[in-house]
Amino acid sequence: MVALAAVPVGFVGFFFVWPVARIVVRGFHPDGQWDLSAIGDVLGNASTRHVIWFTVWQAAASTLLTLALALPGAYVFARFAFRGKNALRAAVTVPFVLPTIVVASAFLGIIGERGIFGGRVDLDGSVWAILLAHLFFNYAVVVRTVGGLWSHLDPAFEDAARTLGASRWKAMREVTWPLLRPAVVSAAAIVYLFSFTSFGVVLLLGGQDHSTLEVGIKRATLDRLDLRTASVLAIVQMVAVISLLLLSSVATRRRAVQQRLLAVADVAHRPRGLERWFLAANLLLMAVLLGGPMAVLVERSLHTSSGYGFDFYRALVETPRVAARFVPPLDAVRNSLEFATVATMIALVVGGIAAFVVAGDVRRRSRPRAAFDLLLMLPLGTSAVTVGFGFLIALDRPVDLRASWIIVPIAHALIAIPFVVRILVPVLRSIDDRLREAATMLGASPGHVWREIDLPIVRRALLVAAGFAFAISLGEFGATLFIARPDRPTMPVAIFRYLSQAGAANFGAAMAMSTILMVITATAIFAIERFRTPGLGEF
Amino acid sequence: MWHRGRRGAAVVLLALTASMGLLAQACASDKSPSASGGSGASSGGTPAPQTITVVTHDSFAVSDNVLQAFEDQTGITVKQVKGGDAGAVVNQAILTKDHPQGDVLYGIDNTLLTKGLDAGLFEPYSSPAMSAVDPQYDLDSQQHRVTPVDESDVCLNYDKTKFGGAGQPAAPQTLEDLTKPEFKDAVVVENPATSSPGLAFLVATVEHFGDSHYLDYWRQLKANGLKVDDGWDQAYNNDFTVGSSGTGTRSVVLSYATSPPADVVFANPPKDDTSVGVVSDSCFKQIEFVGVLKGTSHADAAHRFIDFMLSKQFQEDMPLQMYVYPVRPDAALPDVFTKFAVKPPNPIELDPQSIGANRERWIDDWTSAVLG
Repeated sequence: MVALAAVPVGFVGFFFVWPVARIVVRGFHPDGQWDLSAIGDVLGNASTRHVIWFTVWQAAASTLLTLALALPGAYVFARFAFRGKNALRAAVTVPFVLPTIVVASAFLGIIGERGIFGGRVDLDGSVWAILLAHLFFNYAVVVRTVGGLWSHLDPAFEDAARTLGASRWKAMREVTWPLLRPAVVSAAAIVYLFSFTSFGVVLLLGGQDHSTLEVGIKRATLDRLDLRTASVLAIVQMVAVISLLLLSSVATRRRAVQQRLLAVADVAHRPRGLERWFLAANLLLMAVLLGGPMAVLVERSLHTSSGYGFDFYRALVETPRVAARFVPPLDAVRNSLEFATVATMIALVVGGIAAFVVAGDVRRRSRPRAAFDLLLMLPLGTSAVTVGFGFLIALDRPVDLRASWIIVPIAHALIAIPFVVRILVPVLRSIDDRLREAATMLGASPGHVWREIDLPIVRRALLVAAGFAFAISLGEFGATLFIARPDRPTMPVAIFRYLSQAGAANFGAAMAMSTILMVITATAIFAIERFRTPGLGEF
Repeated sequence: MWHRGRRGAAVVLLALTASMGLLAQACASDKSPSASGGSGASSGGTPAPQTITVVTHDSFAVSDNVLQAFEDQTGITVKQVKGGDAGAVVNQAILTKDHPQGDVLYGIDNTLLTKGLDAGLFEPYSSPAMSAVDPQYDLDSQQHRVTPVDESDVCLNYDKTKFGGAGQPAAPQTLEDLTKPEFKDAVVVENPATSSPGLAFLVATVEHFGDSHYLDYWRQLKANGLKVDDGWDQAYNNDFTVGSSGTGTRSVVLSYATSPPADVVFANPPKDDTSVGVVSDSCFKQIEFVGVLKGTSHADAAHRFIDFMLSKQFQEDMPLQMYVYPVRPDAALPDVFTKFAVKPPNPIELDPQSIGANRERWIDDWTSAVLG
């Protein structure tokens, strides 16, 4: 177990802990002298406290809103069979990976001053815009994390409770909820983390009145090189994130229940009666909330001033008139796909091993394991600017990796690993140990046991994890933008560059590129969903 | 659990092998071009292959064939490392000063210059090509630590379709105009703390109104419904009526004197005239510099690259690549520039020393007055 843990610990240690420690220490140790006075100065400042408070409550509100609207969605995906379900599941995941800058623009097309509601709804710059955007981005986290487990839960328990006279609500609360709780807590923790560390959304939709810790860290580091302030804020953010993760891991561990998992086909049924309305209401919600902004994006990519057409797409493939500043678009697509492939491989290897270690023996409590779990989650809660600037001063030895392309997929993998772990662990923990014991008793070798028992059950989760890692890498923008990178721009970076120059054709190109990114992401996820289907008969 | 341990060891080995492979590949791909890098071109015949790394901002661009010609001629391969906008690039360079990421830094402008000079980022180099450059741009003429490359003007732009017509207000002419009622809720600018045009414009208002009165002007702008965005793209593409194709509501935006030609070049469908006007009294002159990073082991190649940036070929390539003006008076401008770009007759200027001494204070005071 210890040997196994060395891989993820080494990876996260070298590519995360070391760089972040270097940059944070530099803030407290400026001229060869420790100077901790910054802590008092920064925390004593009323505006810092205001930022901390806003960060905390908007994240809590975003999490509650997301859970309230996405848990019914997870139920719909887990329990109902309906046409186009796989395609829809892929589609709802797409927002999660869209670059914020593009989403913000699409959002303003709906809820802004000139949005589809005209002047009656103008949420630009309000907290509601922030909360809705967080919901938009994180809906998929709940649907996939919770839905992934829910779709395998044996409905027989619930049916039994119902037969014994429990109401639907009571059966849900007393039977399903305890089984589902680890996944819900995991999902809530991730949504909270994302909202807590939200950057682009707050910056672009929150106007100048709202600032999160993450925004404060970015401004102190990137704009002012005020490492003293940045280090204090980074520590505050890290402490908050660690506390949250500790709470969630305690809640998850206590409630992990081993159970028999069923194939999806045995769990889902066609909706009947009232259930149809429930399904319809959820589909409508997804269409408006998730489909709306994406539709605005597609509409804009087709909307040329001479009517609708594919002009902007054609312009992406033609030799551009004034090329060099703009990445050749096809190169950006290729870069993105290559980086995503490498990042997925790293995340699966490192995250897979880590998940195996974390899942371990559930009945034994272990401090080192909890700390290990925490370590893996930390990159999610750390500012991309902190990591990026840490890379700059820490990754120059023994080999100077700073200008190497590998740094991009590594940064992506750091963000993807926690997802891989979160997706795999609940499934690994749910495997009934008696199955393994029985197989061993019947003479199976350990390798044989892994192949015949663990692998078939984990395979689906592995594919889901791969899809997630791939999609995260495709859409990742913050880290890619903040680490000084060799000139191999990804699709989101290309979109950013189109948007940073005047002219309708540039705006159109950005929208067209965003649409392509959306389609590639959806295709990748959809392919994985299709690919796993034949394997399901095995369990 | 011993069996798990053994399997674990195998997996570890596999993973390590895989990651070593990746690293090796990554390093190999970085190392190979510069492996044989010597000191400068060899005498006669084929020059020794060298690689130099140019640390720069996201807006740096050069035509492929222009860069290729330089590489073919000198045997120097040019690698770029881009680190965000100019402010971020300078900050990164200061942070990595003991072990710089490259040999040359391009993109430090006059609002940031003292920050880089005070940190001791650059080694002096006096390019022979400077003789062709307009001396007014040479802001470090004593020590030659940086060399001017291009010039651009940060200006307020307005939507020509919204002003000057029948029943419409007159187009804005001066900074003072924007506080008038006809420009209520019409203006969007960038935050000087986070955006380089935003900082340039803040400096312009300090210079125009004076250090003791510029905040009054900003308070009046705020009372008149000023909107502040974090970055240029957000202001221009989301809020400016022209840039957002009508979804934005702001008819005056802080942008550049060269936005009108960009509006024509990147029009869809092609158009003969621009819808973007420039308030030429609002312009602040921004000069961008290149310098040799201290600690480089490719000083010769770095010098040749700087000479190349001052060559007529590069200077004439810049306007349509980066939407900036050349610093060589003899560089010909493209038609679309002579037709549509505005060359403000009297741009606002302020010496880098005063900017350097007050930058942080102005930004802080501005933040509490306008955003607080």
